[in-house]
Amino acid sequence: MVWAILSIKVENKPGILFKVTHLFRSRNFNIDSISVGVTEDKKYSRMTITTIGDEKQITQIVKQLDKMIDTIEVRRLDVNNSVYRELVMFKIKVNKPEDSMEINKLASAYSAKIHDAKKESIIVEMTATPHQISAFEELAKKFGLKEMARTGITALEREEHEH
Amino acid sequence: MTDKNKMENMIGATALMKSLEKEGVKEVFGLPGGANLPMYDELGKSNIRHILVRHEQSAAHMADGFGRVSRKPGVCFATSGPGATNLLTGIATAQADSAPMVAVTGQVPVAMIGKDAFQESDIIGMANPALKYSYQPRTPEEIPTMVKQGFYIAETGRPGPVLLDIPKDVQQNEGKFTFPDEVRVPGYHPWADPDITNTTRAVELLLSAQKPIILAGGGVIISSAFAELQSIAELLMIPVVTTFKGKGAFPENHPLSLGPIGMHGHAEANKLMTEADCVLAIGTRFSDRSVGTFAEFEKNLKIIHMDVDPAEIGKNQTTSVAVVGDVRASLRIFGKMLMDKAVRTSDDNPWLKHVKEVKQYWRENLKIHPGEMGAAKILRKLRELLPNESIVTTEVGQHQMWASLFFDAIHPGTFFSSTGLGTMGWGFPAAIGAKTARPDVPVVDIAGDGSFNMTENSLATAVLEDLPVIVFLINNYSLGMVAQWQRTFYDRRMVGVDLKKCPDYVKLAESYGAQGLRAQSMDELDSAIKTALKSDVATVIDIPIDPEEDVLPFVAPGTGLKDMILPS
Repeated sequence: MVWAILSIKVENKPGILFKVTHLFRSRNFNIDSISVGVTEDKKYSRMTITTIGDEKQITQIVKQLDKMIDTIEVRRLDVNNSVYRELVMFKIKVNKPEDSMEINKLASAYSAKIHDAKKESIIVEMTATPHQISAFEELAKKFGLKEMARTGITALEREEHEH
Repeated sequence: MTDKNKMENMIGATALMKSLEKEGVKEVFGLPGGANLPMYDELGKSNIRHILVRHEQSAAHMADGFGRVSRKPGVCFATSGPGATNLLTGIATAQADSAPMVAVTGQVPVAMIGKDAFQESDIIGMANPALKYSYQPRTPEEIPTMVKQGFYIAETGRPGPVLLDIPKDVQQNEGKFTFPDEVRVPGYHPWADPDITNTTRAVELLLSAQKPIILAGGGVIISSAFAELQSIAELLMIPVVTTFKGKGAFPENHPLSLGPIGMHGHAEANKLMTEADCVLAIGTRFSDRSVGTFAEFEKNLKIIHMDVDPAEIGKNQTTSVAVVGDVRASLRIFGKMLMDKAVRTSDDNPWLKHVKEVKQYWRENLKIHPGEMGAAKILRKLRELLPNESIVTTEVGQHQMWASLFFDAIHPGTFFSSTGLGTMGWGFPAAIGAKTARPDVPVVDIAGDGSFNMTENSLATAVLEDLPVIVFLINNYSLGMVAQWQRTFYDRRMVGVDLKKCPDYVKLAESYGAQGLRAQSMDELDSAIKTALKSDVATVIDIPIDPEEDVLPFVAPGTGLKDMILPS
């Protein structure tokens, strides 16, 4: 099984997100994460979908998405040659006064930002790879994780090497 | 783009009719209701013929039958809510068999959408996975472009159904219209350029095979690649099997024809398919009903796959060479390459000798039902009396598979069936749609009683619209295929399959003003078919048969073609 990032340029029209997600459901594919936003050209939106499957399935997903009339371009990004990040917010419990400082230290080690620091909890925002997010999540659980919200991955492929 | 001088004032419904006329639409199958009244009002004023149905499902099947025969989208109309949901089975059937169709539904007014209005249904949401594309105009001005695009999408590439869901106020409101002569659909690329590299590889692979076979699918019929297929088969002396959907892609009386493979394929076709070392598969999606288990099918087999739909390549089978593009164009290039190489195969190679022996053996030795009115005998009688250019549709069930086994499709593209979705009730309305497209040839629905029962009220349409189709009703008073599976796999525990001689189909036909005939002997059948062919009114020939007759050979689900069960 492999993890794949699909970058899908679609027309910026209502109902297309529904059609794309419906395709995943009806073809028995799996959405690991999804993020959607407008592109540099307001006529189009970009959906970034991560999925897990064997190579054959992922090839099929790309082909089926490509076949959709509303998709303008479907690309499977090269994971090793792409910048991919996800934004996540953690609401972490503050059990005792020292926790506050510990959480602050942890956050700065991960280049995360502190928001809404209260006596009982702190909201930490970070933009990172899924791997880094999981690592931080494990550490945050030591204090107690009250809530977590993630945006899903967004990604762009790097330009070809310059020579 | 917009030429202000050419703008015309009219209401949306008029623009719809005008757009349909510009697409060459001559007939619409449908049923009116509250939300499509404005379009019906304009339909009445137009030159388009309305063919009234008694249930919207039949309208969709008629449009489907029309579309498959004419290769132009058939058009069906239904109102919102239940009218639209009644179309759904027909839309899904067309999608499963890649049939061109444009369905037009009324919708509640824009301001009422989402308010759970009377007869409101989110038909676009419901039908989405069964559609090639859909439109819901929010202003009347959008209609002409949507119709133009809809027809273009429905009939090009791999054909399929397109839905136009038009809110009532959008039909009623006035607008300023222009009618485009051409449309662009940015994300739609129905044709790939000819793939010379892979066609070259395909030629080399096929020529290097010791035991080659051609598998022709429905794509050959859709793209009318009959002549191209036949010339390649004859040039290389390669035997041809078809999928069930591809029945009629290659003349079944041709010496190289082995008939359909699959769950109820011909014994010789299934046998030789499993012996082949290389298959040229054209316009097929390798359905489980055709190939059995995928892994078993591709064992020791090199697959060359030609298809218009790139998403079909590698979906079910591992392909050695894939040629994406219109199969007719691909076959032309393929044929030309063979000509350039001056390849010609003689017919005295060991594979072809073996093929001939196997074919002859099964043609002579396949056991058929001993009774006078056995399925094989009555279908061979029909073939004997029916002109070759006649169009045949089928319902879904045992009779359908008997038709596959015992009724040879000889003229190209004269045999149609609901092969993908397997929709009972499809054959009769589809035959009416086919007759609308081809009034010059006899059209016969090879039917079973269970299926015919589902849409028999289309007799009203056949009679009143003067579309004299023939229903060849192979009547075993049961849901025969289910009964066969219960006998085979459930130790004869028969549940819910006995239809108990109800209704009487002769009386039923007569009550609609159609002709009802019963044939209980071969002589009666002979005369009934002749009478029906001469009749100017629709005819139902009720042919009672032995309810215990099974369809054999049979490849049980989850097994391979080599595990075919033969009649004992």
